[in-house]
Amino acid sequence: MASPNPNAYDPAAAAAAEGTAVSTRTRTTADIVNAGLKGRYRAEKRFRMYGVIAIAAALMMVTTLFVSIVSKGYTAFAITSISLPVTVERDLVANAEGEITDRSIAFANYAAPLRAALEAQFPEVESRSERRALYEILSDGASFQLQRMIEENPDLIGREFTMTSPVSSDFDVLNKGQIDLTVPENMRRVSDAQAGWFEALQERGLIETTFNTNLFTNGDSRQPELAGIWGAVVGSFYTLMVTLLLSFPIGVAAAVYLEEFAPKNKWTDLIEVNINNLAAVPSIVFGLLGLAVFLQVFGLPRSAPVVGGLVLTLMTLPTIIIASRAALKSVPPSIREAALGVGASKLQMITHHVLPLAMPGMLTGTIIGMAQALGETAPLLMIGMVAFVVDIPGGPMDPATVLPVQIYLWADSPERAFVAKTSAAIMVLLAFLVFMNAAAVLLRKKFERRW
Amino acid sequence: MNTQAPAAAQSAPQADAQQPPAPQETAGAPLLGPGETPKIASRDVHVHYGEKHAIKGVNLDIKENEVTAFIGPSGCGKSTFLRCLNRMNDTIDIARVTGRITLDGQDVYDKRVDVVQLRARVGMVFQKPNPFPKSIFENVAYGPRIHGIARGKDEIEDIVMSSLDRAGLLNEVKDYLDQPGTGLSGGQQQRLCIARAIAVSPEVILMDEPCSALDPIATAKIEELIDELRENYTIVIVTHSMQQAARVSQRTAFFHLGNLVECGDTEQIFTNPQHRLTQGYITGRFG
Repeated sequence: MASPNPNAYDPAAAAAAEGTAVSTRTRTTADIVNAGLKGRYRAEKRFRMYGVIAIAAALMMVTTLFVSIVSKGYTAFAITSISLPVTVERDLVANAEGEITDRSIAFANYAAPLRAALEAQFPEVESRSERRALYEILSDGASFQLQRMIEENPDLIGREFTMTSPVSSDFDVLNKGQIDLTVPENMRRVSDAQAGWFEALQERGLIETTFNTNLFTNGDSRQPELAGIWGAVVGSFYTLMVTLLLSFPIGVAAAVYLEEFAPKNKWTDLIEVNINNLAAVPSIVFGLLGLAVFLQVFGLPRSAPVVGGLVLTLMTLPTIIIASRAALKSVPPSIREAALGVGASKLQMITHHVLPLAMPGMLTGTIIGMAQALGETAPLLMIGMVAFVVDIPGGPMDPATVLPVQIYLWADSPERAFVAKTSAAIMVLLAFLVFMNAAAVLLRKKFERRW
Repeated sequence: MNTQAPAAAQSAPQADAQQPPAPQETAGAPLLGPGETPKIASRDVHVHYGEKHAIKGVNLDIKENEVTAFIGPSGCGKSTFLRCLNRMNDTIDIARVTGRITLDGQDVYDKRVDVVQLRARVGMVFQKPNPFPKSIFENVAYGPRIHGIARGKDEIEDIVMSSLDRAGLLNEVKDYLDQPGTGLSGGQQQRLCIARAIAVSPEVILMDEPCSALDPIATAKIEELIDELRENYTIVIVTHSMQQAARVSQRTAFFHLGNLVECGDTEQIFTNPQHRLTQGYITGRFG
């Protein structure tokens, strides 16, 4: 076969050729394929190996992240408290005329009975400095707690009752074994004497470790044993609500207009390019914009979730618009034609047929945007949501902070106990994110099940 | 014989560039005689897709209560022309339609004509069965509901049942009316689409290759259905199958490269075509 190209199949030549010639050529093809086969399989094997390595590396990093967060943070879910028999004498809460009024209860010195109760445990402690060291075991929050108890139940006045309150964070940390007592005494926050007293209290069964409800019910505090994330959770909730209520309708309406109604000209092209660019703008820039426009021009309150929500709306809008447009584009044209063919108007076509089919994609985009907003810190720093807010915000206009900013604030705090708190707050934030993503998946499934 | 089509394709743009395209003389009888009133009449209809001149001056009358078939090779403009009749080309931004198309003497491209009303009068069945992703009942009920043709549940149910019955689908689906329309077989889906179209009681039904995605048995059922529907509706069908055109239609129009080459009684077109292109096409020498 003197064909110029041995690979070209020439039927006339093949028909003319003898069977042997044809088989020779087939064998050569097979041989060529065979020779290359090993290399091809090797390449495939190599590629698979790269994949496995990549997955393993990713899994390892995720595991490291979770292990480090959980191992640091789990202790924050427990709290050490002390139970002391306390007596609030009538004299202490009475006013100058010897009467007990709401006002006299509010202004009484509740630290005194607590200190007395503690001193009663250690009669041998006498000197002023030693007594002050002893008082450090009690949390600053204990006297507020006592005041609340008396306010709620004035019958307790003059009677001895047992009060359980958190110990101060240094002793909480000591109880959790995070203070090394072999370190020279002047290098640690708990002295030998304090450690001895604490041990004595433990032996008397007055110290117990319980679940830390403060973490989930309190706002922020300078005292780690009193600090909680509830304020930040409520702040995050209001912020996200404002974001969702603004960005979903605006985003979907913008996407529907651009995709279905807008004429295709250079203006809409320009808008499209700008929306895509906005998605890539660093979020802190939106924070600056919020500061300049919402706070300075419109005079909205500082640190308020409503402003945070507005800023995060700006940030999530491009995400939602892009996802919604993609979802609208993916609705098959045959459905549109079917609707128009029976005489549906354009709006009817969109609301009855296109939107329901695009909804899963839109919801996914929205929830991804919301999850992004939930984890956002930088723009909120610019509008003052980084403030130290103790009160639980009562509405979107109250000063508040959000979960990631709370994490940032705690990570910045010097007290040892805030290390665990930071990790605990991260765990809560991650739990919320996982919950939101699960909601996204469920919602999508639910909508897609309508065939 | 394949040389004919490319040669024509090359010459056509040149002619466009030099002078306004002279409408090709149509062989046969595209227009009805005096005394006969067409249901749809088109005069000098041109369609441009951007630069592309897709329909080049079509003059054609469509008779009431008849099946008119459009045949021709792919890309000849028969679907484009069909979509002009209920202004489905409006949805394509770059499409531009000139000329005059009248439905019962009323220009459908007149500004005063509402496209929603037009499409309620001129229903359409598409190439690919495209039921809504809703229940069989909802598919058929949708049209009457949005137009407010039926009031109350009973009336809608009556319309749905009679439409499904006329589309020959009722016996097959009457126990599954709440099941998704997309779960039916291809032929059933297409009949569902026909039921959906006739539920609005249109005067004209346009069918764009309704059987091209169906097997021969489903096709036979649809053809039977078209023959029955002819009594009450004016039907225009685009088809690639010449046998189908011969079976279901009374009049046939042959399109080639945007021109209406020949139009006449189906029997005459298939037995005694007057234009050499028609002859070439129906004898299978090109297309």
